[in-house]
Amino acid sequence: MTGPGSATDPADVTRPGGLAGGTAAEVDLALPAEEGGGRGREVVRRLRRSPSAVLGLVLVGLFVLVGVFAPLLAPYSPTFVDLTDIRPGDFPGPSREHLLGVDNLGRDVFSRILYGARYSLVIGVVSVLIGASAGTVLGLLAGAFGGWVDGVVMRLVDIMLAVPSLLAAIGIAALLGRSLTSVMIAIGVVNVPIFARLLRGAMLSQRESDYALAATSLGVKRWRVTLQHVFPNSLAPVIVQGTLALATAIIDAAGLAFLGLGAQDPRIPEWGRMLADAQLYLASEPLLALWPGLAIMISVLGFYLFGEALREALDPKLRR
Amino acid sequence: MLRFAVRRLLLLVPILLGLSVLVFLFVRALPGGPETALLGERATPERLAEVRETYGLNRPLPQQYLTYMGNVLQGDLGVSPTTRQPVRDEIARRFPATIELATTAVVFAVGVGIPLGFVAARRPGSWVDNASTVGSLLGISIPVFALGYLLKYVFAVKLGWLPSSGRESPTSFADHPTGFYVLDGLLTGNPSASWDALKHLVLPGIALGTIPLAFITRITRAAVLEVSNEDYVRTAEAKGLERSVVSRRHVLRNAMLPVTTVIGLQTGLLLSGAVLTESVFAFNGMGSFLASAVFDRDYAVLQGGVLFLAVVFVLVNLLVDLAYGVIDPRVRTR
Amino acid sequence: MDELGTADRQERFVSTAPAPGEAVAGEVRGDALLRVRDLRVVFRSRGRRDVHAVDGVSYDLAPGSTTGIVGESGSGKSVSSLAALGLLPKRGVEVSGTVEYDGRDLLALPDRDLRDLRGREIAMVFQDPMSSLNPVLTVGRQITEVLERHEGLKGEAGRARAVELLESVGIPDARRRLRAYPHQLSGGMRQRVMIAIALACRPRLLIADEPTTALDVTISAQILALLSELVKGSGTALVLITHDLGVVAGMCDTVHVMYSGRIVESAPRRELFARPRHPYTNGLLASVPRLDQERGQPLRPIPGSPSDVLPWAQGCAFAPRCTRQVPASLGAPPALLPLDSGDHLVRCCNPFPADGEPR
Repeated sequence: MTGPGSATDPADVTRPGGLAGGTAAEVDLALPAEEGGGRGREVVRRLRRSPSAVLGLVLVGLFVLVGVFAPLLAPYSPTFVDLTDIRPGDFPGPSREHLLGVDNLGRDVFSRILYGARYSLVIGVVSVLIGASAGTVLGLLAGAFGGWVDGVVMRLVDIMLAVPSLLAAIGIAALLGRSLTSVMIAIGVVNVPIFARLLRGAMLSQRESDYALAATSLGVKRWRVTLQHVFPNSLAPVIVQGTLALATAIIDAAGLAFLGLGAQDPRIPEWGRMLADAQLYLASEPLLALWPGLAIMISVLGFYLFGEALREALDPKLRR
Repeated sequence: MLRFAVRRLLLLVPILLGLSVLVFLFVRALPGGPETALLGERATPERLAEVRETYGLNRPLPQQYLTYMGNVLQGDLGVSPTTRQPVRDEIARRFPATIELATTAVVFAVGVGIPLGFVAARRPGSWVDNASTVGSLLGISIPVFALGYLLKYVFAVKLGWLPSSGRESPTSFADHPTGFYVLDGLLTGNPSASWDALKHLVLPGIALGTIPLAFITRITRAAVLEVSNEDYVRTAEAKGLERSVVSRRHVLRNAMLPVTTVIGLQTGLLLSGAVLTESVFAFNGMGSFLASAVFDRDYAVLQGGVLFLAVVFVLVNLLVDLAYGVIDPRVRTR
Repeated sequence: MDELGTADRQERFVSTAPAPGEAVAGEVRGDALLRVRDLRVVFRSRGRRDVHAVDGVSYDLAPGSTTGIVGESGSGKSVSSLAALGLLPKRGVEVSGTVEYDGRDLLALPDRDLRDLRGREIAMVFQDPMSSLNPVLTVGRQITEVLERHEGLKGEAGRARAVELLESVGIPDARRRLRAYPHQLSGGMRQRVMIAIALACRPRLLIADEPTTALDVTISAQILALLSELVKGSGTALVLITHDLGVVAGMCDTVHVMYSGRIVESAPRRELFARPRHPYTNGLLASVPRLDQERGQPLRPIPGSPSDVLPWAQGCAFAPRCTRQVPASLGAPPALLPLDSGDHLVRCCNPFPADGEPR
């Protein structure tokens, strides 16, 4: 999605060969639902033992809390202008009044960073929800019906994946007009084929699993096997991908904002835009670019760490 | 092998056809349509109608599509309304830049990533391993344009070691017969021009190569770890082969299978344009070209460019599959 | 450096004996090819209890002899030979004891010297020939690389020798097969290739670890016959590791039975099959169908599973599954001791009597 590189489905990276043949490997993530509560508890136990899961969760938690409670935490309003010390080409750096200094318009950077978390949070969640739900519906259609439905859906997915994803996002955002909503839709749409392919692959192999074959051979109707056994057991990779997609969505939104798509109102404290604006003062005020960059990195890192740990926790191959 | 390649090529046809329809419709869905893009928002209705007539935009969509595809198959991608240049020439001017940049990024990512991942896997828990794990996580997390600024600030602004933007120094008057600046310098007997072009590639190459680097390091590490536990590596050890031979011939060779896939995929992505990196470093390649086409509503460039990049992307993936066949006899001799 | 070496030797000298109060299985009085003394392998991993995979194993091998090591999975039979050759992973594994080969302790040997021995003097054949052969190298390359390493045979000389080797293990059209990849061969063929690789440098010791487990029954018989013929012809000593008493029945001079990391019974083959004294060995024999058995006799599996073990420190590890358990079984751990004839050793508190009705 983001930039040229991260369009790779990050879920594939730790698995050798994962990228080669589609999604067969994801299936291993799914466990028979019959294990019920024990499975959930086991996953939680494994997550608690993994340092990267804990760190990831702490970062994500921090990010969410800051986003939700920004108005309580921020010393200033993100649009409050303090012109006391501002001179052209020289903005006051960190001080007691302004923890991270002020920007070119005399606004408190720290407060804007805190408020920015809200935007990134909303953009990430909404776009992933769009991508995951549409992708799940498509993947479910393909996986459940097979045959020509599968053929049509998968060709569509192939076509969508043949367009460089950031370019696709730029195009869609441009088509819909420059606004936060179109950014969310654009990122969501580019995520659709990834989720669809993932779920379909998982369902195909779940269908071949022993318990599904057993249920079928016992005379359980095909659609019941699909909906009650195959589909729920194929969701684990979708959940993992959802977490990782939150990370790429935040980066992508920043990238789109950097290119001038996204929120047009300059008062909105969006991290990518703050970073783009800071570029003009890079030589004299490099710190201005550092803060939003760090904020993006930390939140993205949190989702990555947690997503990776979640995958490992859900992977029965790693169980002993 | 040949049959495999041909089969794969044939499979691409429906995908590319579908894609061309998608892009075609997309361009027509842009607000105002291509004719507004051509003339601007304030054009008179008469003028708009006139343009629709000349460009055949008032014909039914299927007919327009067929005409367009007919031209495309003859190598005619149309004329850019913004620059009044044939789209094919515009692409020919920018694609070499993209190839140069992508090559630099891939060389950087592969050259650093494979050794790093290998050492990390052979000494799990060592400082190299930990550093590479943390490094690749940071590499994946940092937005590419933020990294670009960082590099620019440190190496161009502060240290002044490398140029901060463009493909060559503004004072350069080198000739560019092929469009590959590094190559051009050598061809025209102007090695300093090549050197200049190379220096301009370093920072954007690193910025662009960092995410692939992170992926390649991680996949190499994971693959080497997995292969190290394979029975045939134990067999190689039992044969008494030197450690370096075991590593090279048995571990690395097998670990390269998944790594090749990742390298290919990343190369395809890099070739299909690095919008953000190109913007940060004012590098005039395909990415920034198409991004500006979106903003300019330059429908001809969009249609032709996206189609061109998609073809490149799928062809690179095909090459990767073929390379896979070369290094994995199980694919080749099935 | 020198000081360290001496200290090392000192310590090793102390442990160049079987575990205290124990006999050495298959002891060789004269020149032995291999003397294993009190070999121990402990797997340590964080957050889990240590696993004593091999727990004080001592045995001798005479040159040219064939020895069977029998046990179910987890008994330590494979780990002990991998440990002897330094083929276990380095991390989280602790190996102690001595493995004396030709007067040198393999466990104390520098990596470089051990690599010179492996593949040349001591070779191994593994269980699954599919996974044990490198999928991306030709069969020929996998043979010639050993010849290149140990005999300096390169190019055509190596290939010619490889063809000879393939022919000697019964692979037809050997010259053409050199260019084949493992996946193009059948399971039996692959195992023949493994054997050809192992015997390439005419080793003095061949360790075959479950060489036929992954193969069909008929193929398995062919491979065993081939192995037996080849080692007899070349004077190579063979250690045959298996879970299947039937496999050792036809070809081994001596058989050691392992349970939970220790040898529990050791005897010459005939003696062991005729008069198994340990309840575990007896159970193994009783669970194998036999032609000389009366019709209608049910097979009697050993009750319980290998996971029902007692740590040796608390008595006999087999006690929880044993039909002849006595109070002493849960007392001090039994030692491996000779019975009547000196070469039949048993680690049991209540062995079957020599003339009793064993099965």
